Amino acid sequence: MSIEWYIVLSALLFATGALGILLRRSPMVILLCLELMLNAGNLALVAFSRMVGNGQGQVFAVIVMVIAACEVVVGLGLIVAIFRRRLPLNVDDLRELRG
Amino acid sequence: MEEVLFFVAAIGALGGALGVIAMRNPFYSVLALIVHLFSLAALFLLLTSAFVAAAQVVVYAGAVMVLYVFVVAYVGGGGESAWEPIPGQRFLAPLLGIALFVELAVAVLSSSLLALGTDGPDVKAGFGDPAAIGRLLLEKFLLPFEASSLLLLLAAVGAIVLASRKEPA
Repeated sequence: MSIEWYIVLSALLFATGALGILLRRSPMVILLCLELMLNAGNLALVAFSRMVGNGQGQVFAVIVMVIAACEVVVGLGLIVAIFRRRLPLNVDDLRELRG
Repeated sequence: MEEVLFFVAAIGALGGALGVIAMRNPFYSVLALIVHLFSLAALFLLLTSAFVAAAQVVVYAGAVMVLYVFVVAYVGGGGESAWEPIPGQRFLAPLLGIALFVELAVAVLSSSLLALGTDGPDVKAGFGDPAAIGRLLLEKFLLPFEASSLLLLLAAVGAIVLASRKEPA
């Protein structure tokens, strides 16, 4: 299976994640869509690692996984904090920080 | 055989991704993301990166998704309002998504990467197994490895502070 199929699939998954962020209003689903985009990036990294033939891209993918886990933990902590304060879980209503 | 496995895993990954953005209930979105993650692990195995595939299943589909399920169960689904801050957002967004995909695909495929159109070079039997990745992590990438461990610690402490029950004065 040639490498470009993986790259095109990765682009498709990235576009799907971006589409979800544009469409959905719930912060939880937006976090899930961020995961989709990070995973699409991971797929591209691993595919390029296979294409070059050394393992450095895979190490990069593992580090990206760590970053994604951190982002999820902090994001879910924020969602729980918002829920505790009885604020609406909707990114259009939570717009006070908007520039 | 490899083509069949690739297309099955690719359809699983794409279907999971579409399920994440299409489901009304966030709980079903999380389940769709689990399907997506397992399909991606299969794709990583096809790319002969066994360690990344195992980490994907254990870390993502295991730990992170359990965290999501707990938070969704705690917060609850909750309907999304149909109010659009930008008029016509629901119709503009798919157009932007398609444009982004076309742009990315054109950018990658029209680039003059040497190995596009090939299966990549033949690799040794140990390529991408835990020993190879561990050696790279502890020899060449020791500093990023330690920095990511510090980042994980900071994120854990930050999440505890954010989600703690005590209200600020």
